[in-house]
Amino acid sequence: MKSSRILLVAAALAAGVGAAVAADETSLEISIKDHRFSTAELHAPADKPITIVVKNLDSTPEEFESKALKIEKVVAGNAEITVRLRPLKPGRYHFVGEYHEATAKGELVVE
Amino acid sequence: MLGALIIVFREVIEAGLVIGIVLAVTRGARGSRAYVFGGVAAGALGAGVVALFADALSQAVAGRGQELFNAGVLAVAVVMLATHNIWMARHGRAAVSGEKSFFALAVVVAVAVLREGSEVALFLYGILASGETAADLFTGGLAGLALGAGLSALTYFGLVTIPARHLFAVTTAMITLLAAGLAAQCAGFLQQAWIVTALSQTVWDTSGVLPDSSIFGRVLHTLIGYVDQPTALQLVAYVTTLAGIVIATRLATPRPAVANVHAAAE
Ligand SMILES: [Cu+2]
Repeated sequence: MKSSRILLVAAALAAGVGAAVAADETSLEISIKDHRFSTAELHAPADKPITIVVKNLDSTPEEFESKALKIEKVVAGNAEITVRLRPLKPGRYHFVGEYHEATAKGELVVE
Repeated sequence: MLGALIIVFREVIEAGLVIGIVLAVTRGARGSRAYVFGGVAAGALGAGVVALFADALSQAVAGRGQELFNAGVLAVAVVMLATHNIWMARHGRAAVSGEKSFFALAVVVAVAVLREGSEVALFLYGILASGETAADLFTGGLAGLALGAGLSALTYFGLVTIPARHLFAVTTAMITLLAAGLAAQCAGFLQQAWIVTALSQTVWDTSGVLPDSSIFGRVLHTLIGYVDQPTALQLVAYVTTLAGIVIATRLATPRPAVANVHAAAE
């Protein structure tokens, strides 16, 4: 019973990954250097899925976090992560590097 | 230093509460401590490994590795908590000595420590690697860890003041809520990875009143699954898990005649 449940979940996941390859998305990029975001302000159109590649140029890890965007994702030193956002309403969405909240601040402007 | 303390404490809260609850659930059961602390040790070890391979993990599955990993371990924890409750309902409190039940709880503890611990390990490693003002921040981080351990102790001693005949009902309810909250978190990670795109609208926003990033918000988040801006899917996952465990527990509970035998045996 248990293994069949796991199989079901795996099948559902596989189907989901296939369906989730969205077209028509906005791709953005941001980098972290000396615990600051290089472009502290990102711009994106409303109502379209967005992906943000976060490049960490520091040797120390950082956590890309945004309450407004419901994202909390660790990015190791000298590494990058991909953050996926659902279509958003117009507005300003704050994000921070949680480990260096005093300096690592940024905003995503959706319009 | 205070900043480091708060960051680490915030990460550790979830694991601390889970450990405290599990210790209370298994109180007085012979052999259970080895399972619980074994779970803590396994989780801490796993956290170190995850932190080491954080980069590889996040690159996996087209950049969805972190979310899938989190969703996966959360799903395991939900299944284990449900298993435990159903097992306990079927066997009564006599089953507190059941090794299968201990194992399920040890896995839950390990998962909590693994998830929170990997972020703490990365954070502390970052402080060590950066060199600047490291000693002060490191002290803060360790103090945050100690506070987390204190929270476990506080939870445990708080729970065990409850009279034994009520403790069982209280911990059963807590574990059910814990599982529902974890299921909602799991749903959140699947949405974050765009594995599931349906039901993504926010149901309510109480982040102005009680942000779930605050200490109290975190505690509520762990205990009852409080989220300040839940998506519809998270709400569905929460309610479904809650109802599922309650119904399965009811079905697994022996009929009154049998239950009386258990009651008499206490
Ligand atoms: Cu039990």
